[in-house]
Amino acid sequence: MQKDPSRIKVVVATDCGSTTTKAILIECVDGVYRQTHRAEAPTTVEAPFADVTLGVSNSVTELQELSGRRLVNDDGTILRRTSPDAADGCDVYISTSSAGGGLQMMVAGVVKEMTAESAKRAALGAGAIVMDTIASNDRRRPHEQVQRIRELRPDMVLISGGTDGGDTKKVTELAELIAPAKPRPRFGGEYSLPIIFAGNRDARPAIERTFASGGFDLKVVDNLRPTLEREHLGPARETIHDVFLEHVMAHAPGYDRLIAWADAPIMPTPGAVGDILQAIAKGRGINVVGVDIGGATTDVFSVFDGSFNRTVSANLGMSYSISNVCAEAGMDNVLRWVHLDMDERELRNRVKNKMIRPTTIPQTHEALVFEQAVSREALRLAYVQHKAFATELKGVQQQRTVGDAFSQSEGGRSLVSGMKLDLLVASGGVLSHAPRMEQTAAMLIDAFEPEGFTELAKDSIFMMPHLGVLATVHERAAMEVFERDCLIMLGTCIAPAGTAVAGKPVMRWSAQWDGGSAEGTLMAQEMKLLRIGDRAQVEVTPERGFDVGAGPGVAVKREVRGGSVGLILDGRGRSLAVPSGAEGRRLVAAWAKALELHPD
Amino acid sequence: MAKAYTPGLTVSSRVRYRARRLLPLTGRITVKLGDRVKATDVVAQTDLEGDITPMKMSNLLSCAPRDVPGLLLKPVGSAIARDEPIAQSKGIFGMMKVTVKATAAGTIESASDSTGMVMIRGAAQPVQVRAFTCGRVVDILGNEGVVVENDVSLIQGIFGIGGEAYGPIAVACARPDERLEASCIRPEHAGCILVGGARMTIDAIRRAIDVGVAAIVSGGIDDADLKALLGHDLGVAITGSERVGLTLVVTEGFGDIAMAARTHTLLTSHAGHPASVNGATQIRAGVMRPEIVIPLADEATGEVQAGGGATAGELSIGTPVRVIRDPWFGALGTVAALPEQPAVLDSGSKARVLEVALADGQRVTVPRANVELIAG
Repeated sequence: MQKDPSRIKVVVATDCGSTTTKAILIECVDGVYRQTHRAEAPTTVEAPFADVTLGVSNSVTELQELSGRRLVNDDGTILRRTSPDAADGCDVYISTSSAGGGLQMMVAGVVKEMTAESAKRAALGAGAIVMDTIASNDRRRPHEQVQRIRELRPDMVLISGGTDGGDTKKVTELAELIAPAKPRPRFGGEYSLPIIFAGNRDARPAIERTFASGGFDLKVVDNLRPTLEREHLGPARETIHDVFLEHVMAHAPGYDRLIAWADAPIMPTPGAVGDILQAIAKGRGINVVGVDIGGATTDVFSVFDGSFNRTVSANLGMSYSISNVCAEAGMDNVLRWVHLDMDERELRNRVKNKMIRPTTIPQTHEALVFEQAVSREALRLAYVQHKAFATELKGVQQQRTVGDAFSQSEGGRSLVSGMKLDLLVASGGVLSHAPRMEQTAAMLIDAFEPEGFTELAKDSIFMMPHLGVLATVHERAAMEVFERDCLIMLGTCIAPAGTAVAGKPVMRWSAQWDGGSAEGTLMAQEMKLLRIGDRAQVEVTPERGFDVGAGPGVAVKREVRGGSVGLILDGRGRSLAVPSGAEGRRLVAAWAKALELHPD
Repeated sequence: MAKAYTPGLTVSSRVRYRARRLLPLTGRITVKLGDRVKATDVVAQTDLEGDITPMKMSNLLSCAPRDVPGLLLKPVGSAIARDEPIAQSKGIFGMMKVTVKATAAGTIESASDSTGMVMIRGAAQPVQVRAFTCGRVVDILGNEGVVVENDVSLIQGIFGIGGEAYGPIAVACARPDERLEASCIRPEHAGCILVGGARMTIDAIRRAIDVGVAAIVSGGIDDADLKALLGHDLGVAITGSERVGLTLVVTEGFGDIAMAARTHTLLTSHAGHPASVNGATQIRAGVMRPEIVIPLADEATGEVQAGGGATAGELSIGTPVRVIRDPWFGALGTVAALPEQPAVLDSGSKARVLEVALADGQRVTVPRANVELIAG
């Protein structure tokens, strides 16, 4: 039963990651919700412990020691408050989980660019890792598709296809490929593989017949693409969450107990991050991009004009996958961000050594510069993939007027726009633990190339997953903690969009802040950092051909937020081009100096 | 005292080793509890269901899907040969019939009346699991596998490619810091597990493949050489299924790096002894490192000894460690101090560190995350 939000004053939240279980304590202090303490302990989902609740108890016990508030019973369970005045215990305990590899799904749809893409969006939005997308037109022959299905070991399969009332044959064919291929679930033979069917409602009887043989647990939900013009992902997403709890979690060691402890359904970690970003975007009426770069993968989340998208770039990460980043981006692209002389053969061996010993950290300045260069490319590639995925619905018939004939665009235009982006949020080791906040800001700007005015922030301790679940039980508390404790504001970047020509001006600018003011002309290829404190009033007038949001050459006057870095003026133009060789190194060194990235 | 963040790799002259030998799915166990087995003996086997070949029969026969089951020439469940007629249309007044031949051999598994698709299931594929090491079968794991136990010398590498290989140990490099060159490899090394020293060169690997060496174990490999061998840049360290002609195990890392003297001494002391090698590496949750297993007898004897896997150990003053990141990558030494407070590194980051007395007499400060224990 959902608790009355007004009676929730103390919250314990955990996030059970693959290696670490992170616990935070949120308390209502003087009428405002704040995150007051944090603790962590190794996750205990794998042998020899094989019980996730041990790690949860350990992390909450550390929280108890740090806070002085008793939070754990003698038997290891989470202590609840017996009365509103009780000094010990919490009112609500909530958790997310990505332990044991998170939620791994296979999705299938009839047309790759339409129903299969919608199915993928539903799965990713629910926090899953999509292992593969099977579609009738994915250019693989049927036996190759069957072979692929047999190789995968998903936790569940989502099938979509056909609009309601349309053709049933294609989607049934798809089911007939999947059923005899008998994909084996990760959790062994005893487990009936959940199949979620969210396709043409007229195909349901045929689908039910196809999966009637043993080994499957079929759930039928509303079509996620009832018409070509409409995507309806809610029911499929909710069923994915339900199945995740009922089946996947129930088979993971100790999760039955964890589910019983928690006061809200346990969510997959990325699903919770998506929820909190959507809530923030909606609450502030802004467009947001969030990124979480890990050792193996990079997650990108975006909310543009209310449309939420998430992508997981498998094998773009900073330790397990660092070698893959260098292979995909090319060493030349990595090294363009390095202003120091480095030996390429030596670097290649270092990259591999990081891959095989992923827990090591850069000790020298040179190693740090190189790792941050790799991160720029990992983030850039992940963002490119995200932009290609976060699009308008494809396959939709468009009505055009005569005027459109001169500005026709293809269907499936990306929803992600550098100019419309208001807030860019960073999390993940290389961004969160950079020795200087300026380095985090620079990595974000170089990789995401924001245009116009964009606020930059980082998630202080990767608290977004906890707050995503908290929002389901107490939205105000989640918002307050997000604004006050979760985000560390880095500052604002103003980057005129246009082609920068060396030696030419890009914009004139002036800024006034508490205790100071400055003005000047920003030249092409110039970067400038202003330490403005919390806020500043700025006026920028872009040159002809440059745009800061109001149109080419149109001046903008507005307030901007500062932060631990300040106001960054980026005169490099868009899209960003870094010359190769000595000229590139000279420029990168100049940008690093302007942004005070490294000690003198 | 503090926990080491990076557990060391096992290099042990005698350890009670238990090989869990599992089928990918349930099957038949071919040995009994207590049996003595050789490394290459099959201990369990099963049949993987055959491949499925779909045939869009309604298209091929130009008929409605609902007619397909009635047009099959053999009932569902029947065996069918490749190119054998499987279905025939009714034609027009019994004339101009279209006959469709099976595109694969197997069994007709299903014929759908809603899509007109016919599925042919191919012959089952046998899968066998070998004992991997000689020893005694000490546990039967239901219908999924067995545990084989023996006392062995065990060496874990840091990285490998290729699957399981067997053969006697032969020494190609007499010193751990000697580079493994093509000239070190002789025809009599065919079928052997070859012990190198420092970096193995691409020429040496190619020569070993030509000669028919079963596996190479050496200190390092250059990334460029690995790329040349595989034909692509390895993106993530999940290996074991490569088919390059032999198995490779790297004990230290990438680059010009000598094998740890202790590892080299242990391997060379077993020259001529049969051994098993697995290059499979998985550096993710549930980490798996390549292994060289040298049985010390036909079966385990004597007292039970600590066994097998790498475990996080204690870091204390005097503990032998290896630095696993630049600027002292590969250097060996002992822990000289364990400051409690985090220190600021040259990179500007703050981290918990330790001081290491290096073998050459230098005393250096290193992040705790950048060392591994080398006691086996």
